Amino acid sequence: MSSIKVITPGLLTMVQDEGRSGFQRFGVPVAGVFDRFAALTANLLVGNEQSAAVLEATFMCPTLQAECTLQAAITGGVSCATLDGKSIPQWETFTWQAGQILNMGSVSAGARVYLAISGGITVPLVMGSRSTYVRAEIGGYQGRRLQKDDLLPIKMDGVVPIEPRRLPMAFRPALIGEHVLRVVLGPQDDYFTGEAIQSFLSGEYKVATASDRMGIRLQGPAVTPLNPDIVSDAITYGSVQVPKDGQPIIMGPDRQTTGGYPKIATVLEQDMNTLAQAKPGDLVRFVLISVEEAQEVASNTSNYYRGIRKILLGEIAGREYAIKLDGRTLYSFCEQLS
Amino acid sequence: MNMHRPRILPVGERAVLVEFGLDISPGIQARVSALDQALTAANHPAISEWVPTYRSLLVHYNPLMITVGELTYWLGDLAHQPVQAEEVLRRRVTLPVLYGGELGPDLLFVAEYTKLHVEEVVRLHSGTDYLVYMLGFLPGFPYLGGLPPALVTPRLSTPRTSVPAGSVGIADRQTGVYPLNSPGGWQLVGRTPVQLYNAHREQPFLLSPGDLLRFKSVTADEYLEAEQQVQAGHYQPLVEEGVKYEQH
Repeated sequence: MSSIKVITPGLLTMVQDEGRSGFQRFGVPVAGVFDRFAALTANLLVGNEQSAAVLEATFMCPTLQAECTLQAAITGGVSCATLDGKSIPQWETFTWQAGQILNMGSVSAGARVYLAISGGITVPLVMGSRSTYVRAEIGGYQGRRLQKDDLLPIKMDGVVPIEPRRLPMAFRPALIGEHVLRVVLGPQDDYFTGEAIQSFLSGEYKVATASDRMGIRLQGPAVTPLNPDIVSDAITYGSVQVPKDGQPIIMGPDRQTTGGYPKIATVLEQDMNTLAQAKPGDLVRFVLISVEEAQEVASNTSNYYRGIRKILLGEIAGREYAIKLDGRTLYSFCEQLS
Repeated sequence: MNMHRPRILPVGERAVLVEFGLDISPGIQARVSALDQALTAANHPAISEWVPTYRSLLVHYNPLMITVGELTYWLGDLAHQPVQAEEVLRRRVTLPVLYGGELGPDLLFVAEYTKLHVEEVVRLHSGTDYLVYMLGFLPGFPYLGGLPPALVTPRLSTPRTSVPAGSVGIADRQTGVYPLNSPGGWQLVGRTPVQLYNAHREQPFLLSPGDLLRFKSVTADEYLEAEQQVQAGHYQPLVEEGVKYEQH
């Protein structure tokens, strides 16, 4: 066993894994990483299981010192990290030597940055998960955000170094500050008039400053419910609650398990990853899809992730291309078949 | 007898809501509990978790293993059995409570407001089973039904910034227990030394949705003894199985 020392903690840095499930009936929020794609990829880049705990940093990222040599990867928003002052690329495995200082920088595009360590961050499991839920001081590092001088436990036994991996450019999210979110209507869409629903689906919303892991608050065309309250029922990831003021709130990882506002729609789980990178002022639009189409997206997403895993593990060979078009650069990845 | 088929509504692509009604009533809750128990027994491989609330259950499932249509059909079958509210067998937890004094600073106010003697408030509050409709707001925080109407008291006009864990309170038509230290606006009538929530216990939560909760008035000595046992880790709360809910 060894550790990583926190030199400066950043604005809001926490240990998170895939979330704490099985206890929502007791009022325990799921928590977990907000950008699941970035966290999953970071773990794959260091040879971890998907369930390994990572660090999630928001806007101003931490500075850390490794006490032993390990492999690591940084994904998510753009933050220009340096290792002992030397710039290191994101979305790639890198070696972090014992004693070296990793400054994860500040976010210039997106909002949240993820750090995975080979072997994972091994804080104790609480109710089966290493995710932090700060409000009730559950899990993660002592139930709270990181502070200066914290020592993050990391595993060394049984951790075998891997050949460095790299996620091709084509698979990295665009981080353009605009979020088009596919939604399935309901379960309380009958609390809204047809005009209100049209307004919701055609409106342009801005991410409000008061947004956080509990919910992304939006400002834009009011979608006023016919009745401001429902008898509280359960909420899921991506639920779009609408309080009396008609300003939608999209429920995030730290959402409470139950709520009393009508829910007009649910954002597809896959589209929540883009919201994890939303900052105040970003634009949000909603696109209606049916639940059947949404299930097809889930299936395609699963295949997509399987493909990415194969690419990272070297099971699929391919070449990357940069295509310059009208002053923009687009990236593609072409699988080599023979 | 509640015979209506529940509404089963998709919630995104990974959950469905089984809704038995729009009101809060023991009859509707009985159907929620019955489905809760049926889901536990069925152990469907595509279902990962479900959350019972006042009048509905949110069922989380793997969309790669079952379609929403198939799941809706399966749940409809499981949920349409009519259930007599009185027939559901429940677990009853009894909590020792020291009413009044420093631990129940608002008991006198509740007595004044309800125009009852303090002893009468305690007798009414501890003389009935409460139905745990759901847990939410904070881990382990129970939403209880069945507060005797004579005890209805408005919440504090200025909430306290910190209410100690174990505090038993009344707010309007609700009563409950704080599982954690928390800000709160409830009228505090007493305190229990029992931990409703302890993250490091094998069963972290003492109460589950559908359980019954009863408060038992104890003396200061009995409270201290129970508190010592809780702190030493060997307090066993009184838990009875197979109890039926009788509303007065």
